[in-house]
Amino acid sequence: MKIAIVDYGAGNLPSVERALWKLGAETERAIEPKQVAAARAIVLPGVGHFSAFVAGLRERNLTSSLRAAFDAGVPILGICLGLQAMFASSEEAPGEAGLAFFPEEVRALPANVKSPHIGWNQLRRVRESALLREIPNDAYFYFAHSFAAPASAAATVAACDHGFAFAAVIEQGNLRAVQFHPEKSGETGARVLRNFLESVQ
Amino acid sequence: MTLARRIIPCLDVDAGRVVKGIEFEGLRDMGDPAELGARYNREGADELVVLDISASFQGRATFLETIRRVAEQLNIPLTAGGGIRKMEEGRAVLLAGADKVTVNTAAVERPQLISELSQQFGAQAIVLSLDVKRKGNSWEAYTRGGRDATGRDAAEWAAEAVSRGAGEILLTSIDRDGTCSGFDCELTAKIASTVQVPVIASGGASTFEDFLDVFVRGCADAALAASIFHSETHSIAALKKFLAERGVPIRLSR
Repeated sequence: MKIAIVDYGAGNLPSVERALWKLGAETERAIEPKQVAAARAIVLPGVGHFSAFVAGLRERNLTSSLRAAFDAGVPILGICLGLQAMFASSEEAPGEAGLAFFPEEVRALPANVKSPHIGWNQLRRVRESALLREIPNDAYFYFAHSFAAPASAAATVAACDHGFAFAAVIEQGNLRAVQFHPEKSGETGARVLRNFLESVQ
Repeated sequence: MTLARRIIPCLDVDAGRVVKGIEFEGLRDMGDPAELGARYNREGADELVVLDISASFQGRATFLETIRRVAEQLNIPLTAGGGIRKMEEGRAVLLAGADKVTVNTAAVERPQLISELSQQFGAQAIVLSLDVKRKGNSWEAYTRGGRDATGRDAAEWAAEAVSRGAGEILLTSIDRDGTCSGFDCELTAKIASTVQVPVIASGGASTFEDFLDVFVRGCADAALAASIFHSETHSIAALKKFLAERGVPIRLSR
């Protein structure tokens, strides 16, 4: 099965593509709504600014096709900003609407910790996770972000602390998302991607 | 749950080869960047930095090709830079496969460059490369590979760069660079307490104790070194084990 990687115009797609290829997956870059509509599994990667992300989706008319894919139960994996875009809004871009699969607002990391949160951190498991299957509890993942969704979000399966408790891994129905970069998290990150691929095949 | 301190090997690259500057001798060839990058990735490096030390206009295409070749070998983050003067050059470095881009000389001359890059790519992708020399009781920022004094206080410039959107500081002590006398922990602690972004300490690393020192006394978030790793004086795995045994939060490879 081909994995559709949503190309909204500013993401760093090559590293995500390469990580998936190494696991034997085929990928295509989805730049048009019909590609998203035809996809049987979707990866939503992202770096940069929340407003650039949602504007990029909007300009390519991808927002409604992503919502339709969500409604149709197509597995979607959000990475970093791709996780944040699944929420209703972000303090990074007041007034901009996210995909709103989840109702919470993404918040800025507070001023009493270093921001961006850059580097390798561990997770606190909240409940059983398909993405973290067979990954040790003390494993490290690579983070690089200044905003985060609150861990109180109902879909949170693993949290991380940096200024506040934030959602590091999210799973609900057909939605999966990680705040860290699995494609930059060594063998542990590769295992997260493999778990996603196995769950959609 | 703790944010791990990072160990970062650095590849200084000229004309597509990793080189080491030797006093009175010029440059010594240390190998192929993609091969060295793959080795460090395998040995448990937390990140890799690749710097274009020629930073010439003619060499730019070669450097981008080097970034591409190195990035293909990695499943850890890659930072690249050297001579980045314009937004488009920064974009090219990121599109070639780097996750972060470093700026130095051009940012001192035109600080707005940091703001532009940060607005476009996010603070997490912009690293201020800060080369400094001690001047009495403070430190002065230098540009052009440590050749030109800027007249600017290093801490003050670091604070401005962060306020403009730099998400990390790669801090090099020119006094210590190449001396093998240890990191300048006083300098590192000063900058780390001035800004609320991660600080990568560089310059002077020789022994395992030097790394312990810069994490404990220098409050560094990450430590960078080049030649001691290339020459296999120290393996990254042994260094990380040493630090972990002494209570430094470290990501150990399995």
